Amino acid sequence: MAIYLLKRIALLLPLLLGITLITFTVIHLAPGEPVEMQTSMSPKITAETRQRLREYYGLDKPLYVQYGLWLGRLATLDFGRSFAPDNRPVLDKIKERIPVTLSLNLMAMIVEFGLALPIGILAAVRRNTLLDKGLTLFVFLGFAIPTFWLALLLMYFFGVKLEWLPVSGLHSLGSERLSFVPWLLDMARHLILPVGVASFGSLAGLSRYTRSTMLEVIGQDYITTARAKGLPERVVILKHALRNALLPVITLLGFSLPGLIGGSVIFETIFAIPGMGQLFFMGVMARDYPLVMGILVIGAGLTLVGNLLADLCYALADPRIRHGGR
Amino acid sequence: MIRNSYFISVVWNRFRRNRLALAGGVVVIALFLLSFLAPLVTPYDPSHLDAWHVLLPPSARHWFGTDELGRDVFTRVIYGSRVSLKVGFVAVGLALLIGTSVGLVAGFYGGWADSILMRLVDIMLCFPTFFLILAVIAMLEPSIWYIMIIIGLTGWMGVARLVRAEVLTLREREFVLAARGLGASDFRIIVHHILPNALSPVLVTATLGVAGAILTESALSFLGIGVQPPTPSWGNILTAGKEYIEFAWWLSLFPGLAILVTVLAYNLLGEGLRDALDPRLNR
Repeated sequence: MAIYLLKRIALLLPLLLGITLITFTVIHLAPGEPVEMQTSMSPKITAETRQRLREYYGLDKPLYVQYGLWLGRLATLDFGRSFAPDNRPVLDKIKERIPVTLSLNLMAMIVEFGLALPIGILAAVRRNTLLDKGLTLFVFLGFAIPTFWLALLLMYFFGVKLEWLPVSGLHSLGSERLSFVPWLLDMARHLILPVGVASFGSLAGLSRYTRSTMLEVIGQDYITTARAKGLPERVVILKHALRNALLPVITLLGFSLPGLIGGSVIFETIFAIPGMGQLFFMGVMARDYPLVMGILVIGAGLTLVGNLLADLCYALADPRIRHGGR
Repeated sequence: MIRNSYFISVVWNRFRRNRLALAGGVVVIALFLLSFLAPLVTPYDPSHLDAWHVLLPPSARHWFGTDELGRDVFTRVIYGSRVSLKVGFVAVGLALLIGTSVGLVAGFYGGWADSILMRLVDIMLCFPTFFLILAVIAMLEPSIWYIMIIIGLTGWMGVARLVRAEVLTLREREFVLAARGLGASDFRIIVHHILPNALSPVLVTATLGVAGAILTESALSFLGIGVQPPTPSWGNILTAGKEYIEFAWWLSLFPGLAILVTVLAYNLLGEGLRDALDPRLNR
């Protein structure tokens, strides 16, 4: 176990380095210079100022020097300053957005697990029945529906037509004057649509996965044994089968993180939620290079850590790995 | 794999019994026909403006109504399918090419080539793919070719892992050892003996990948950085239509439905293929 842990941690550094290298390459593929983009809009900036900006960002140096400089600053957690007019440190801008996106995704994940596990188990136990087919169709519908379209229709229907739910932001106007409980309720009402849309879209992966691992486990000898000794079916499924089927699902947790963060661009833009996705989209449209690079590195870094944690949980839960076969 | 007609008939028999998958396959074929035969299917031109017939609701003449410029929405949705199919197939083709090559090399040669390539896969998998795509697309000139290439460049990792795993099990099988013993070159062993036997899971992934690529393109077009008007794509018809959602719902409904039906069809087809090709689970 200790060796496994050490190996994984030793791998972190090269992986992080790879992440920065890819981020840097991607951003520098684009033609044109960031300084040009930043200054071409305001004619007041002289050639001299432009040169100063260029020097400040090291844009007059060769690419590998730029990469080295950037990497050196990253090592001290200096992500540079945003090109946006507010000129704030990128790290600050990202820091205030991360909790919004992460908590939104966490809620979506909880809803997703709450629905997908029962669906997967039910589909496996009633394999090849009408119920199985119906559930399959339902989760695939969730996967196939473009999130932005579903969001649009729901916003129109529940927000504009019926006026049941708010359609944008996280809080109503003037909600800061409310006491805690009404404030929380207000936010919950704002979250119903985005969380609902996000979790419906991700049902398919998890529930299909649960179904197939359940099927695999149900075919094992020890399930036949459990049945043969007269245990009720409910106990066989929920205690003997489910426990073993759930193991691989842990890894899926870590894996679904980049997808969820990536998807946040869409619904944060649509529902006007001030999270990382919205920040990234605005940054990309304004060619705010330091911001875009910062979010790419931090987003990928978060995923890296998430994957590591998921694998560790898996190793802790599965004695075959814990006692180090491989 | 495909050369064996007995294998095909077994797979087909299993596939045929799966109604959902069969329906998916029929829809996929129908979509191909619709997009190739678009000029025969609809009498209208997708970019023909008609100031007298603006924002008409669906009727016998205009099945999906008309948009804010008087264009026939049914026609635009049909022509939009060309964009979706093109993006789906080119992007997935590129992803397959890269993924299969990486997987073959990593699995067959092992050692440091394997370590480096698989770490590259790990790194790429850490990025929220949609972020990477957005970053590149927004910085380049918007063009359908860039979109296809970038979706392909960010979508090959799953294929690589899959092919590598297949190669690892195939590499030690008797027929490969026999070929090696007979003096076949690495290239010949890979192309003639390993690749054909690793194709089934790749086929499934490719089918599901087409669905994913279509969704990604529509999301990009919806955000306004995908396929640019006046070329119709399901995403950009929707974007234009959402401004009018309160009094012209047909502009938002039909392109969304088109995406939904297409993506669903490819997914059901892919799952059906998986079950038919790998019957271990559904015995």
